[in-house]
Amino acid sequence: MKRLVAGAAVLAAAGLGMARWAASRGRVPSPAKDPLEAGRWLGVTINRPPDEVAPSGHLPEPLARVDAEVRMNKAPGDRGTELYARPRQHRAGADGVFARLRGEDPRTVVRTALRETKSLLETGDVLRSDEEIGTTRPTVPGKVLDMALGRASEGGRL
Amino acid sequence: MKALCWQGVNELSVEQVPDPAILNAQDAIVKVTASTTCGSDLHLLGGYIPAMRAGDVIGHEFIGEIVEVGPEVNRHRAGDRVVVCSIIGCGRCWACRHDEWSLCENSNPKPGITDLMWGGTTAGIFGYSHAMGGFRGSHAEYIRVPFVDYNAFTVPEGVSDIDALFASDAAPTGWMGAELGGVKPGDVVAVWGCGAVGQMAARAAMLLGAERVIAIDRYPERLAMTARHVGCEVIDYTSTDVTAELRERTGGRGPDVCVEAVGMEADSTGMQRVYDGVKQQLRLEQDRPIAVREAIHACRKGGSVFVLGVFAGFVDKFPLGALMNKGLTLRGAQQHGQRYIPKLLDRIGKGDLKTSYLATHTMSLDEGPKGYDMFKHKKDGCVRAVFRPWA
Repeated sequence: MKRLVAGAAVLAAAGLGMARWAASRGRVPSPAKDPLEAGRWLGVTINRPPDEVAPSGHLPEPLARVDAEVRMNKAPGDRGTELYARPRQHRAGADGVFARLRGEDPRTVVRTALRETKSLLETGDVLRSDEEIGTTRPTVPGKVLDMALGRASEGGRL
Repeated sequence: MKALCWQGVNELSVEQVPDPAILNAQDAIVKVTASTTCGSDLHLLGGYIPAMRAGDVIGHEFIGEIVEVGPEVNRHRAGDRVVVCSIIGCGRCWACRHDEWSLCENSNPKPGITDLMWGGTTAGIFGYSHAMGGFRGSHAEYIRVPFVDYNAFTVPEGVSDIDALFASDAAPTGWMGAELGGVKPGDVVAVWGCGAVGQMAARAAMLLGAERVIAIDRYPERLAMTARHVGCEVIDYTSTDVTAELRERTGGRGPDVCVEAVGMEADSTGMQRVYDGVKQQLRLEQDRPIAVREAIHACRKGGSVFVLGVFAGFVDKFPLGALMNKGLTLRGAQQHGQRYIPKLLDRIGKGDLKTSYLATHTMSLDEGPKGYDMFKHKKDGCVRAVFRPWA
């Protein structure tokens, strides 16, 4: 029974990885298939007024170092600032696939920059995971899970 | 250092692992003096929570002493005796500023997983899988506490470690269920589950002015403990029809507020348990929502149902028709502990809220696997096993 459950857990983990991959593809589709999606703005709402998000028009460091169009506006309901960005360049086809695998997809890079910008402006830091000082040991299900976890810091609802 | 690690489905072991370290300037390192099992850990043990790795340190409800702080920590210093909220909040995002701490937008460094599962990113949680940030748990000699100024609370003089321990999770979780469930003076409140969280929810409902509180479980010792320490009515669901019993006790209306404190591994009598059990094992549904279904059916028209038990994914046979046609309000959340912990410590200090009786079994960290075996199988009347790493 234990093996059956463990097997199911492995399948679930594999499914998670596959679903993550599928979701990643869904969020970052090829421009040829969905030109609207490829040009869509990625946005975060930052709990700071606009003049603190980009004082004197200077973009925060994480965004300043990526090649992206940026716009911002005051968020409704006293929620701070809506900050939007989208990459100037797109990588399609096989090049896009390899870029995603290497974590170099332009939309992923912009997504990460937006998330770090928000965290820096709100908290002054970007929180690091305890995984940096690991306690885990290598297992087959763990390897499958690592495929999903390796990209998990780049995701999030943007 | 020594730590209790998840090794696979229903496998735990005590291991030597590297000491935690300050990774961010707002971190602290806490020497854990007491850490308790929680019902939600059983979902990790059972393999129902995704993104666990062999070797992960578990545990999230704890108290300890700060031994080191990062350079940007302002409100705490080494030597502080603190209870730490199981949920990690940054304290400055919109959600934290609005006291919805479990929705924190900056405390989960692995947002992609919860975003995929739930369409949004939630807060980091200690010892609760890589989906919740990959933070180490508290069943260890030491633990790193991020954003410590917002997540650790100094324990007042006169409040014991064991009393304060449950202010980390069980007490604020229960309080939240009653408060956000909308309990008000004169209400009749039903609580499903007489574990620590259910008992705390029942007590909170009484302190918020409920006229009658009725708690539901099947374990005689838990029912007796609830009646004795919380002082509310109880129902043994193995000996009666709960919905009929509640109607009979409420003039045919049903409870005004129903709090579900059971979660994804709910039990019941009859075919429903078999149905959900088979579907869950085959991963055709991730959670067994038996108590949620019953709460929705039992609740009075226009009443409120609050889901405190932990659920991970999709459920089957959810009574949406009853919810809609009876005009119910359904809410749920991981605990917004930082919102409640200071006033709960105050109530514990004044004697309004008793918690230490929940610690039915206290043992060393080396006995962690045994403690979880007792807790999971309710052996010897175990409600909570508490580990003392330095005792």
